[in-house]
Amino acid sequence: MSQPNPTSQPGTSLFSIDGIRTAIAARETTATAIAEQHFSQIAKSDGEVGAFLALSRERALAQAARVDALAAHGDLDLTTMPLAGVPVGVKDVLMTKGLPTTAGSRILEGFAAPYDATVVTRLEAAGAVILGKCNCDEFAMGSSNENSGYKPVRNPRDLTRVPGGSSGGSAAAVAAGMAVATLGSDTGGSIRQPASFCGVVGMMATYGRVSRYGLIAFASSLDHVGPLTNSVKDAAQVLQVIAGRDAMDATSADVPVPDYVADMQKPVRGLRVGIPKEYFGEGLEPETRALVEAAIEKLRALGCQVQPVSLPHTEYAVPTYYIVATAEASSNLARFDAVRYGHRAKGAKSLSEMYRRSRDEGFGPEVKRRIMLGTYALSAGYYDAYYLKAQKVRTLLARDFELAFAEVDAIVTPTCPAPAFKLGEKTDDPLAMYLADIYTVTADLVGIPGISVPCGETSEGLPVGVQILGKHFDEGTVLRLGAAVE
Amino acid sequence: MATLATPPALTRADFEPVIGLEVHVQLLTATKIFCSCANQFGSAPNSNVCPVCLGMPGSLPVLNRKAVEFAALAAMALNCRVNETSIFARKNYFYPDLPKGYQISQYDKPLAEHGWIDVACSPNNATGGDANGTKRIGITRLHMEEDAGKSLHDGFADSASKTAIDLNRTGTPLVEIVSEPDLRSGDEAYEYLTRLREIILYTGVSDGNMEEGSLRCDANVSVRPRGQEKLGTKAEIKNVNSFRFVREAIAYEIERQIELILGGGTVVQETRLYNSAEGRTYSMRSKEQAHDYRYFPEPDLLPLVVDTKWQAEIRSRLPELPEARRARMVAEYGITEQDAGVLTASRTLADQFESAAKAAKNPKRVANLVQGELMGRLKAAGLEIEQSPVSMAGVAMSADLVEEGKISGKQLKELYDICFAGVAQSENGARGEDFAAVYEREKPQQLSDSVAIEKIVDEVITASPKQVEQYRAGKTTMMAYFVGQVMKATKGQANPAMVNEVVGRKLG
Repeated sequence: MSQPNPTSQPGTSLFSIDGIRTAIAARETTATAIAEQHFSQIAKSDGEVGAFLALSRERALAQAARVDALAAHGDLDLTTMPLAGVPVGVKDVLMTKGLPTTAGSRILEGFAAPYDATVVTRLEAAGAVILGKCNCDEFAMGSSNENSGYKPVRNPRDLTRVPGGSSGGSAAAVAAGMAVATLGSDTGGSIRQPASFCGVVGMMATYGRVSRYGLIAFASSLDHVGPLTNSVKDAAQVLQVIAGRDAMDATSADVPVPDYVADMQKPVRGLRVGIPKEYFGEGLEPETRALVEAAIEKLRALGCQVQPVSLPHTEYAVPTYYIVATAEASSNLARFDAVRYGHRAKGAKSLSEMYRRSRDEGFGPEVKRRIMLGTYALSAGYYDAYYLKAQKVRTLLARDFELAFAEVDAIVTPTCPAPAFKLGEKTDDPLAMYLADIYTVTADLVGIPGISVPCGETSEGLPVGVQILGKHFDEGTVLRLGAAVE
Repeated sequence: MATLATPPALTRADFEPVIGLEVHVQLLTATKIFCSCANQFGSAPNSNVCPVCLGMPGSLPVLNRKAVEFAALAAMALNCRVNETSIFARKNYFYPDLPKGYQISQYDKPLAEHGWIDVACSPNNATGGDANGTKRIGITRLHMEEDAGKSLHDGFADSASKTAIDLNRTGTPLVEIVSEPDLRSGDEAYEYLTRLREIILYTGVSDGNMEEGSLRCDANVSVRPRGQEKLGTKAEIKNVNSFRFVREAIAYEIERQIELILGGGTVVQETRLYNSAEGRTYSMRSKEQAHDYRYFPEPDLLPLVVDTKWQAEIRSRLPELPEARRARMVAEYGITEQDAGVLTASRTLADQFESAAKAAKNPKRVANLVQGELMGRLKAAGLEIEQSPVSMAGVAMSADLVEEGKISGKQLKELYDICFAGVAQSENGARGEDFAAVYEREKPQQLSDSVAIEKIVDEVITASPKQVEQYRAGKTTMMAYFVGQVMKATKGQANPAMVNEVVGRKLG
């Protein structure tokens, strides 16, 4: 199964976004042919990987036909349609009009979204062909994709292992050549961690850079939409399309979006790179450490000034995250009440029974656990001790980064403490699972951009990712260092 | 050894009621507070809805600027201080007509605070009225929030077994106005609500229509022994749908609590509903059943900043408010405070009155005419002042004709009747006629022939020896009798000024 689709084989012209769109514009191939090749690859591989929850063949082929018609008339303009004919997958937490949209939860089984998320609209306006909806942990809650209400995803690099989560389907689809790019969402590491586990690139932009309108909320102040791709350049190109102010999202920032590809291609010489000791301590698996340190050496060799920095409040990030995220989730998930849409338990005798049984039947155990934790954290008499305190720690974490970024342009760390683990290995131990996010949650809490770029394989052939974090709205530097590591 | 005297038992008069009101006012913005759906009453169920107000997954709120301006305008009219930064918060609870499972409201940082309304009371009364008969009621806060939808329990085929949900109202912008516990009776509450509604109507941010639910009121009622600082345990009376019922419900609740305490019981903190048919309140839920709303800052919205510049812009749109207007009208037109009170009942009425008063020779006569001749006819015809067949130019013209003695009061009445003819029964838009047209056509003949008038006066005096005697004995009020008789004999057509002059001369 770890034999990717020939069209997505590195080195072939149809592996990258550039390769595909220029071949279509030059009429060397068609968007329809590319889409069909990827559907074949899905048919061949997805039985064992499980990266997709639904395919949107009709919508994909209609979009491909539009792109092909433009190309046939010589009207295909790659400046206005930079993703022309690029086959993409979309994480199932994003609303796609008329398509099943479940957030990986049984509570939304059979639900067809009534509108498109802003990022989906922007992808299609740029010519991208949406192949289907990518599997994920239920409501994006998980680090292994084993919390999907439908089926687990297996890591294409080793089918006995998890792909990471919660955007496990999005990472696996790219890794297995079933899509050239996918969208994922990152609340505590859910793009970067699966990218690291599957050996692909995963990019999370600054909070507010990419619209959340149409992203089924897990934790509103932490949720980000971002791309998973084969290369840093592809990530830059997808991000370019989805980034920018959206009037439908009050938290989306009105900050001009630079040319990411141009930024990415600048040399890294002279950039100051900070290495926080707190991210290289106990619990970091030795092979992972060695690979990440090798990536740092590579940056040094390219002329970066590598220097230590300190992020002293790092140890509080995971507990802080699990208070803020669960509190917001407990409120965000209240709308799944069986009144207007979603699963409704049969035969309930009263309103409260309808609520209780529908939610009991519809939500999986991890989602229930987090709703209960979050409800507790917000309860009268506990709010100050938990939620309010967590928000204060969040401010301290932001201060850590502010001070560090006064001295360096970016911070480099491992994405995860260890490579992909086995399916079932941590399912009985939520705390161990939560610690898989230890290096990623802080960027979400602080709202800064981060990327995970593959930096090698362990002796067992498992990919390892290096994480690069940047200043607010400075995705350019993050992409630039990512491309250098790559 | 001295024995301690048992304190005398409390009586009803020893208790002081303490009342605070929470008033919800719907704002008349064109669109809802967090989406672009029409904000409209009376549309087909679930027709003014979109993913945002339906609470669809992934949807996000975007704050309506107009709603902020309306809320801030109301706050300024109520003498509140508008906070430069306020924060939206989620109030979490499950209810079928609350699509998101939380209401977006404001909690610890509301839009505005520290306001007040002056209400009328008897001078130097026991509950804090000043020498001028005014009592100042504090307003703790005014905050913005979204309305919920409506649950419909009857009126359709399977309503015995089902509840229907109409989400048109979901997302209607609301302000909640919370008073200080400064009110001491149902009457004071009634007065406060009347003034509050009047001010809100003047600002134009709401229609204040209680039947349609655009103004709703909850009352917090407690009692305590006089002189005690600490508040007694309160009961909250919810959603009473008229000011009169608020007054009644509060009066009932005060009695109930006092009786309870005098009978050895204790008041429990609870939510109660008023049954207007029975005139009493019922327990709805106890404190134990109360919701823990788990408020926290709404992460989907940025803090609301209404900076000094924006506040100044909003303040510039603040109209003259009823109290100031009444004072000015008394000074400017020489009308009584009572007249001013009636004529400022709505901003439109006051505007209309003033346009006529400015055009006429004697504003006082206009005030009498509007109240005495116009308002009653409008009411009977079911018309608002702005729909009046007699325009304000017509009112001014008619006032001047009477003033100049060209028509009598009786003739004016007849002319107004013609103007209004058919309007009351009209279902197909019979608008009546304006005064000028009717006057030109009818040109009522006024008897101004002094010889003829003298003749009639002589006849009346001859026919009323007893009244003449009374008059000459000093009862000068009999004058009106003679004038009346003359007017009667001339079918109201005699020039009143001349009649007065002739009667006075002949009797004197």
